Amino acid sequence: MRILPRLARFLALAPAILALSACKMEVLKPSGDIAERQKDLLLASTGLMLIIIIPVMVLIVLFAWRYRASNKNAPYRPDWDHSTKFELVIWAAPLIIIICLGALTWVGTHLLDPYRPLDRLSASEPVPEQDPFRVEVVALDWKWLFIYPEQGVASINELAVPVNREIEFSLTSSSVMNAFYIPAMAGMLYAMPGMETTLHGVFNHGGEYQGLASHYSGHGFSGMRFKAHALDQAEFDQWVDEARAAGGTLDRAKYLELEAPTENVKPMTFAQTDPELFDRVVNMCVEEGKICMAEMMALDAKGGTGLAGTINMAQLTHDKEIRRGLARPVLGQEPFMVTSFCTPADSARMFSDLRQSQPVVRVDQTPMRGIALPRPDNRLGLGLSMPRLIQDARRPDAVDKQL
Amino acid sequence: MAIPTNVETTFLLGRLNWDAIPKEPIVAATFVAVVLGGAATVALLTKYKLWGYLWKEWFTSVDHKKIGIMYMILGLIMFVRGFADAIMMRLQQAIAFNGSEGYLNAHHYDQIFTAHGVIMIFFVAMPFVTGLMNYVVPLQIGARDVSFPFLNNFSFWMTAGGAIIVMASLFVGEFAQTGWLAFPPLSGIAYSPWVGVDYYIWGLQVAGVGTTLSGINLMVTILKMRAPGMTMMKMPVFTWTSFCTNILIVASFPVLTMTLILLTLDRYIGTNFFTNDLGGSPMMYINLIWIWGHPEVYILILPLFGVFSEVTSTFSGKRLFGYTSMVYATVCITVLSYLVWLHHFFTMGSGASVNSFFGITTMIISIPTGAKIFNWLFTMYHGRVRMELPMMWTIAFMLTFVIGGMTGVLLAVPPADFVLHNSLFLIAHFHNVIIGGVLFGLFAAINFWWPKAFGFKLNVFWGKVSFWCWVVGFWVAFMPLYILGLMGVTRRMRVFDDPSLQIWFIIAAFGALLIAAGIGAMFVQFGISIWKRNEPEYRDVTGDPWNGRTLEWATSSPPPSYNFAFNPVVHDLDAWAEMKAAGAARPKAEYLPIHMPRYTGTGVILAALCTVCGMAMIWYIWWLAILSFLGVVGYSIYHTFNYDRDYYVPAEEVREVEAARDAQLAQGA
Repeated sequence: MRILPRLARFLALAPAILALSACKMEVLKPSGDIAERQKDLLLASTGLMLIIIIPVMVLIVLFAWRYRASNKNAPYRPDWDHSTKFELVIWAAPLIIIICLGALTWVGTHLLDPYRPLDRLSASEPVPEQDPFRVEVVALDWKWLFIYPEQGVASINELAVPVNREIEFSLTSSSVMNAFYIPAMAGMLYAMPGMETTLHGVFNHGGEYQGLASHYSGHGFSGMRFKAHALDQAEFDQWVDEARAAGGTLDRAKYLELEAPTENVKPMTFAQTDPELFDRVVNMCVEEGKICMAEMMALDAKGGTGLAGTINMAQLTHDKEIRRGLARPVLGQEPFMVTSFCTPADSARMFSDLRQSQPVVRVDQTPMRGIALPRPDNRLGLGLSMPRLIQDARRPDAVDKQL
Repeated sequence: MAIPTNVETTFLLGRLNWDAIPKEPIVAATFVAVVLGGAATVALLTKYKLWGYLWKEWFTSVDHKKIGIMYMILGLIMFVRGFADAIMMRLQQAIAFNGSEGYLNAHHYDQIFTAHGVIMIFFVAMPFVTGLMNYVVPLQIGARDVSFPFLNNFSFWMTAGGAIIVMASLFVGEFAQTGWLAFPPLSGIAYSPWVGVDYYIWGLQVAGVGTTLSGINLMVTILKMRAPGMTMMKMPVFTWTSFCTNILIVASFPVLTMTLILLTLDRYIGTNFFTNDLGGSPMMYINLIWIWGHPEVYILILPLFGVFSEVTSTFSGKRLFGYTSMVYATVCITVLSYLVWLHHFFTMGSGASVNSFFGITTMIISIPTGAKIFNWLFTMYHGRVRMELPMMWTIAFMLTFVIGGMTGVLLAVPPADFVLHNSLFLIAHFHNVIIGGVLFGLFAAINFWWPKAFGFKLNVFWGKVSFWCWVVGFWVAFMPLYILGLMGVTRRMRVFDDPSLQIWFIIAAFGALLIAAGIGAMFVQFGISIWKRNEPEYRDVTGDPWNGRTLEWATSSPPPSYNFAFNPVVHDLDAWAEMKAAGAARPKAEYLPIHMPRYTGTGVILAALCTVCGMAMIWYIWWLAILSFLGVVGYSIYHTFNYDRDYYVPAEEVREVEAARDAQLAQGA
């Protein structure tokens, strides 16, 4: 019975542990500007609702007590069941709160949209004229792959990013749905197979933060976590150098090997990465000879190739269907995939077009407004909109893109 | 891991073979216990020759009251199973720290959280709610039964069949490891190759037929079977909320059925609706399932809003404040519940305008819901509030539910949802509204209508013990989850690496134990009350133990099979309160024979065949699937030739029953 003394010791320590862990409210004490503003909105909404919730709770207890059956002094009107005045109040009071909250939501949702490039690094720092730091993220079974397109390196289950720099994460997944979440930096966003989502964020303080898979993805889900290191530029350069020195190449063959399910994977790095890899993962054509989704869609958009195209449907076992067991539906035909009918050169051209067609557009950082309304001079609502460099705001093309 | 990766099938047994029996000690021990318990039950039933009684009086019954009670019993049994899952999860999460793997492996743990969600929603909350509506609605509207009594029996047995399929997965094969909504591609054949997801699909499909049919049945009943004089705006509020619930069921369950059919096609014949490849779109499944899923939560809560209305007005000795606005609020919620589904996946990459739209529609629902809370508040105002058990549950509900509602609106703000989605904050939120709303409401309803159903009241002391254990236990179990959510801890985790979180999980596990004590006390309450049912303080001879206001209290407790000897005539909203105020006497005119539906075993047989068909599909036993399906079709056709479907209760028998009731009333007076 060693459990009892241990339990007693544990309970004695409990208050201290509670106090300690209360400081770790990452959602309420984040280290990134986006998460900070998400927290502000969370607290503002809670405050708004408490305006009505607290009086209601007090009234429930008060009425239950005051009109208890044994209190014969309280008035009793068994047939009283309507009062236009009260009715007006009980519909209007929540309505007013919801109108305020709705306005807050509309503005907040647009300002903190994960797709939107940052409008500031922090309350006091504007975004410098510099492209965001790009990281391509792939959720694998069951680990995270981070590709650094500018540095050419890649890492597994370890994220290193420069502090105080806008980061643009491009997310996708190799097999099932997943969600990428660094609570200290910004809210989560799903990483989904065959789809690409974009999350913008920034770390304002250096340090080591927890990163999670926040959507259940199967057997090894619990161990699918990573450390996010926010480093200053020198430290980051050093990290890249170390990764380069450590060697290893992440090409398509290596990726297919990595893609197989593994659990609790230790962090590792790669010195070189196939620059097309991420786009191939999104388009589900990492295997040699498989047509990319974008190519197929382009063909379909032109009306497809009709019957002639069916000869391209080779009877091949699909990669992903054999990874977790049974290969195919019991009554179905053999799964097939479409083999490529473009040359690798065509594919390369397609991918380079994809990237070039997405220039970075600086966002309009003035307060949100309706289409026909004049732009207000002051800030709008609870510190949610940002002060702004006037000359940028006057750039009509940027404004049009936003609205 | 015990998942066979081969799909060797035999003609006779499909892919069922000896490997399918789980050998994990926890499951094996449960299996042995269930087999022994089942054998003992069968032996006792045989010894006391109860099979004939059960078959003739209960299983084949088309009486809405008996079916309602059977639904409640089904819900209670499944509740114990679902709660066992909850305790196992709490225990696992409380010990899986500092390198410990806990006591559950991933294969087992992932099944448990999936089963917990599926069972609690489909086989606990749904049977409870359906059972309650089945029992109370016809009585409240002064009807003798529902519109389609046979269909009612069939619906119940289909629900039970679905429950049997899900329970079978515990001992033969495995259950889904996908989360309770089985999102593809994870639930596709590529990533869930064995029987787990098939159990999920067929369990829900069989039960879903029952739910849809029962929705149609009750909707028609409310529209067509109301007592003379009861216009729509004189219906009791519980009937109104039931009406809206059944509209929601009829409009949303077909979406679920269809979505699962598409998933079935993907899994069985290799279509690509929800796969990654060949143009499939998992997002389509997620939209479809939530288009059903969001109305589903209002299907669960709306009837309980009705219960709280009835309870508050009865125990405040007062008419319900703002009946009209209550009805409009209910209708508003019904309509709005279809316009909010996307708030379940703000984080799946929708644009800001789409997210804002669905966030704001979600908030708008809180306006009619808030109006309801105020209505209950002003019903107590200038009333005489009797703190009986149903009223205690109602007060606890109001105080708990406003917090759950607040966190719900918070999650409807997309930027806040981005940090709280999939976190334990979300878990705490929906348990806050489902336990604080649906379960507390059910306990209020059980304490309120038990005397009506069985003719004796429930023990108050053990009821209070259960109440306090539940209410305190709920807060102890879920407050830590709110806090953990704010610490960035996400759901469905099996092991943790940050030791400072452990204390919160231990507190939550302790809360779950308190809830277990509350459940235990509830069973003690039922036991003692049944034991002492003939003692005068328990016995209800008046049929109206709470000084009720609606028609169900006008008849005896328990009501005769035909409910009312004469059709009541309604002049006012609180029909029975009005009759009592007017001093209306029991009608003593000449009794007439009463036209009633005859019991039939067809419902049991058809549902059993459907269950067999589902099991055969799960295990790829094609011959059995075809045979049982033909059996369903054939027996349905055969049943249409059954012309012995009704009978008349002779006037003499009615006279005897009513005379006994007169004697009982005279004795009580």
